[in-house]
Amino acid sequence: MARQLTYLKAVGEALEQEMRRDPRVLVFGEDNIGGTGCEGRLGNAWGPTQGLHEKFPDQVLDTPITEAAFVGAAVGAAATGLRPVTDLLFIDFAGVCFDQILNQAAKLRYMVGGKASVPLVLRAMWGTGLRRGAQHSQALHSVFTHIPGLKVVAPASAADAKGLMIAAIRDDDPVVFFEHKMLYFVPGEVPEEPYEIPLGQARVVRPGDDCTVVAVGRMVQYALTAAEELANSGLSCEVIDPRTLSPLDEDTILGSVERTGHLVVVDESNPRCGFAADIAALAADRVFGSLRGPVRTVTAPHAPPPFSPVLENAYTPSVEQIVSAVRSTRREPALASDSAAHR
Amino acid sequence: MTSPPSTKSSHEPSIAEVYRVLRTIREFEERVHEEFPKGEIPGAVHLYAGQEAVAAGVCAQLRPDDYIASTHRGHGHAIAKGCDITAMMLELYGKAGGLCGGKGGSMHIADFDRGMLGANGVAAGGVPLALGAALSAKVRGSGQVAVAFVGDGGVNQGAFAESLTLAAVWRLPVVFVVEDNGYAQATGTAFHLGGMDVAARATAQGIPARVVDGYDVFAVRAAAADAVRRARDGHGPALLECRAQRFFGHMEGWDQQAYRGAGEVDRIRAEHDCIQLFLDRVTAEQQLDAAQIAAIDASVRQDVERAVAAARSAPDPDVDSLLTDVYVNY
Repeated sequence: MARQLTYLKAVGEALEQEMRRDPRVLVFGEDNIGGTGCEGRLGNAWGPTQGLHEKFPDQVLDTPITEAAFVGAAVGAAATGLRPVTDLLFIDFAGVCFDQILNQAAKLRYMVGGKASVPLVLRAMWGTGLRRGAQHSQALHSVFTHIPGLKVVAPASAADAKGLMIAAIRDDDPVVFFEHKMLYFVPGEVPEEPYEIPLGQARVVRPGDDCTVVAVGRMVQYALTAAEELANSGLSCEVIDPRTLSPLDEDTILGSVERTGHLVVVDESNPRCGFAADIAALAADRVFGSLRGPVRTVTAPHAPPPFSPVLENAYTPSVEQIVSAVRSTRREPALASDSAAHR
Repeated sequence: MTSPPSTKSSHEPSIAEVYRVLRTIREFEERVHEEFPKGEIPGAVHLYAGQEAVAAGVCAQLRPDDYIASTHRGHGHAIAKGCDITAMMLELYGKAGGLCGGKGGSMHIADFDRGMLGANGVAAGGVPLALGAALSAKVRGSGQVAVAFVGDGGVNQGAFAESLTLAAVWRLPVVFVVEDNGYAQATGTAFHLGGMDVAARATAQGIPARVVDGYDVFAVRAAAADAVRRARDGHGPALLECRAQRFFGHMEGWDQQAYRGAGEVDRIRAEHDCIQLFLDRVTAEQQLDAAQIAAIDASVRQDVERAVAAARSAPDPDVDSLLTDVYVNY
């Protein structure tokens, strides 16, 4: 049987292989080593950097809680010859260092007329599921996708997490790398050797003919579950994981819509100016003539993520919503048997 | 991280070279002040005249491959770090051939070939970048040092406070140079710094810090020599708080400096002109004579004249360049 690795370990393996390949790759953030300045032993990182300090003591650094300083330092280091991978922990914490992302990392290359580049990776956890409330559960990828100069990656599987991380590290532009917290412990088949998954290449996760379903991150699995159910009632969905939101593989998405004539976009981020609305607009603009039904979006509501499990479950897009969105664009009535259990 | 090798500054500029830098900044800024109302220079321009001794004194202690991260008031730093003033002037005018191809302008002027990591449109926005350059130098063991220029207004930003912490914890070869010109736009330091020295904030974090007379290029140079040597020798960050007021307002074409005391600027120009103070000293000590000074003055005037003429007649950027340089590859 091919080797299985969790999503979290797959990210860690990418960091390890890239640090070994290239001494310019430097990994830092809060508790990326863990135990620094403590009486006990070093190496208490719980995330993907676990175990890396022991192997690369000069390439893994701990930071104080100084996001503006260390994310900015990553920008400065990237512009002067290193390839830093820095860790925000939760994407929500971008709030305390947004200037360094928005105005420094994203803008530097353009402002200096191309005479510098910023090859950095900004890692962050995202999404609902851990009952962490409004400041640790957001899906902010649409915000970063809106900013020219940044690339945005959101892997949905362990294999993609590794290949996209390697590509992100080797990329010469700043990449915001969204790691879904509910996928961390999901295993998948991951090749041992280093490999790159090119940024800007979507994956057709499940081929189908009746409706295109574009889904991001954790929602890819939800879309697959919905597709299974719909298959039972004779509807064949094509599930597409864009994998990188910027650059976006427009051709794969639009080509699929041209074939199926129907589009549902599933995304955890909020609806206004969000990723789902953007894909819907793209289809309306570019392949309107192929559409045989309204484009449907399934997103979180326009509210902050709540804490209570009951509320958080209701907030997160569900398989049931995806199923009814597909039926709705196909103008087919909902079935009583449709996945109420998944809610 | 490996410790950088101990290296001395390989090139200490002569007194004549220091004077040329001072005079070039002054001439450049006075000339931009004259040209700005004519309407050919777009956007926001913040002039450095009056504060020249800080940039000239600090950069005199730097190697060509050392780094500086600058502020929105960045022309002086760029000139002192060796940027070409014609290319700078073209950039101010937003022309093709400008230092950043017309995409940066005065507020984002940069020259990576000279270690000038950029002026910055955000107060204290460049400070963490200098930390990154210092980290990069430390990892590469190159012996390079990074200087983070920041204004008295910028030090109230979280990014500055966080940078003091991170630089101390990581023992980075970085020198913070606080340029206290008395005003955050039109708000005085008596209010916005609460009358406290910024140096005390650094000292409280274990970073050696000094308050320096920013009108005295020799004092700045001596303080910078210690701080830069310390950083280069692997002993970590230091901070200089240099006090020197600007001659002009916060921004050209905008403020009438009504917030400044009656006669304040005239008094500074008469009593605290860093260039006059410099000349008084070097002529008294016979380090430069009148003929040498006149020759530098004439040559600088000619350089600036040429820069303005070139900028005014240069073509605009090709509109196709609008979409280049966003990504290395996309």
